[in-house]
Amino acid sequence: MSSANRKLQYSLAINEAFHQMMESDESVFLIGQGVKSPWYVGKTADGLIKRFGAERVIDTPVSENGVTGAAVGAAIAGMRPVVMHPRMDFMLYAFDPIINQAANWHYMSGGTSSVPVVIWGVVNRGGEQAAQHSQAFHALFSHIPGLKVVMPATPYDAKGLMVAAIQDNNPVVFIDDRWLYGVEDEVPEELYSVPIGEGIIRKPGNDVTLVAVSYMAHIAHKAANSLEKEGIDVEMIDLRTVKPLDTEIIFNSVKKTGRLVIADGSWKTGGFAAEIIALVNENIFDHLKQPAVRVTLPDIPAPASADLEKSYYPDEGSIISAVKSLIKN
Amino acid sequence: MYSEEVLKKLYADMILVRLSEESLVEPILSGDVKCPVHLYSGQEAVAAGIGAVLNEKDSAFGTHRSHGHYLVKGGSVKEMIAEIHGKSTGCSKGRGGSMHLYAPDKGFLGAAPIVAGTISLAVGAGMASSIRKDGTVAVSFFGDGAVGEGVLYESLNLAALRKLPVIFVCENNLYSTHLHISEIRPNDEIYKIAEPFGITSFRVDGNDVLEVYEAAEKAVEQCRNNNGPVFIETLTYRMRGHVGPDDNIQGTHTDIRPAAEVEDWRQKDPIERLKKYLLENGVADVEELDLIEREIQQEINEAYVFTNDSQLPPKSELEKYVFSK
Repeated sequence: MSSANRKLQYSLAINEAFHQMMESDESVFLIGQGVKSPWYVGKTADGLIKRFGAERVIDTPVSENGVTGAAVGAAIAGMRPVVMHPRMDFMLYAFDPIINQAANWHYMSGGTSSVPVVIWGVVNRGGEQAAQHSQAFHALFSHIPGLKVVMPATPYDAKGLMVAAIQDNNPVVFIDDRWLYGVEDEVPEELYSVPIGEGIIRKPGNDVTLVAVSYMAHIAHKAANSLEKEGIDVEMIDLRTVKPLDTEIIFNSVKKTGRLVIADGSWKTGGFAAEIIALVNENIFDHLKQPAVRVTLPDIPAPASADLEKSYYPDEGSIISAVKSLIKN
Repeated sequence: MYSEEVLKKLYADMILVRLSEESLVEPILSGDVKCPVHLYSGQEAVAAGIGAVLNEKDSAFGTHRSHGHYLVKGGSVKEMIAEIHGKSTGCSKGRGGSMHLYAPDKGFLGAAPIVAGTISLAVGAGMASSIRKDGTVAVSFFGDGAVGEGVLYESLNLAALRKLPVIFVCENNLYSTHLHISEIRPNDEIYKIAEPFGITSFRVDGNDVLEVYEAAEKAVEQCRNNNGPVFIETLTYRMRGHVGPDDNIQGTHTDIRPAAEVEDWRQKDPIERLKKYLLENGVADVEELDLIEREIQQEINEAYVFTNDSQLPPKSELEKYVFSK
């Protein structure tokens, strides 16, 4: 039954997490726009309505604020909902239930009440979709006390972190990227979880520490492999969780390499990369041989037109240049 | 028509809320209470009338002005007074203050001051009930100010679409902080906003606890029979101003409400009205009602002793409760 080397697409790995969690826990349900429609959610919801019914797989009107609030309220009332936002941009309508309510709820109730909700947002970069169909807001959510933020890059982590997010007693923002949905890799059939807050070394190395999450972790991994051929030994870390950050894995690596590059699929100012640099500077500054380097989106809204898009999104080349700039110095 | 037990409960609940609220005036003025406090005096009939038809498994969410909702749902007076004083024995361990009251074991799932912010949460509790098929009802208390927020309409639509057992209770006290309802809406018939969603909706005299109770009985029955949701607009008035003990009377520094209007509503005091009914109908005599009041006053006095004996949360516990285990 259990086959560690079975391969599954990223979207089907998420789907398997839902099947197994909804089977094992009656309080789990899925709600959000498009959960009926592969057009919206890819294969992530395949077979769920048929198996669990429209009571527990709830497609909704376009009402992000109300629907997310309902998921938060259901969580407060003892359920474990997953609320789906097929485009993260639209999720901004739900800032109140996510931030004012869910994130603060446990604290403002003095621990009396918990909000075990998963708020799932999909990043849809590229494709000439322009500024309102492509934004990645993980830094925004990681700014908020009381929220956890996960961004799996592989099918294995997508399943394991979705399971962990559903099992967690806190609001967890689960962010994935549509570009990952076709990625295929090994996923065990049995129910398992990946601990929230633990990064993983995708490629060990000694010269430069390269940190990324989600889709950028793939680009960074590729860049690290290419640099290997040029004799530059990069240690590539996929953090998997944006908050709480696995500082130990970063610090241990930077202590070894003395050089740090962060590749992030969102903006520079006040961003995820800035936070990692601040933590490294605060804690292990003396180990840095040179200032850390950020590879991020420029502080510009996403453009539509193809050529503009090309210069907007960092690619393998951007990461390779960043790493080399540290080695040259 | 009404059982003696219900009538006395309604009276006792309203007295509990009124005396608790008025007990806070002095501590606010003296500075013992520092957090923002939005007093519920004058609106007791709404909380009491709705609360009387709910059981502990039914849930309710409140607002910034929710002492009354918390108390009638069964929340502890001691823990409320302690919370408002910032004590570690408070219902939110000193992390919430007056605007964040919780008694989940009694079904009071929480109060929060973002206007309309808890309406969708109540819809979620109704959704939980409909998934579990446990027959419970969820109540959302909100004010006339919340009618300006879009999430209310999203919530009405969602609840109607899925026939959720939710009672939307709008406490129309005519003022959205400093603005009279005529300045925030083109008409004052709030209950009509629910009609286009096919939601049973009606308006009642929110200062007549028996009228509120009857409406609540119908609403809860409809919800338990899977014919929810229901919308009830209760016309009422807060005897105190928006925040703190200030009356917000024109000519004073807050300069909002005409003195004659406040006086008119004072004549419609819901507690006096029920008292008159009880006496005229021989349900209770003056001595009995006085005894109820004295016993409740005693309970409130004990809450202050409990609060005074309680400690503030230690500074070392600042970080406690950010994440749930």
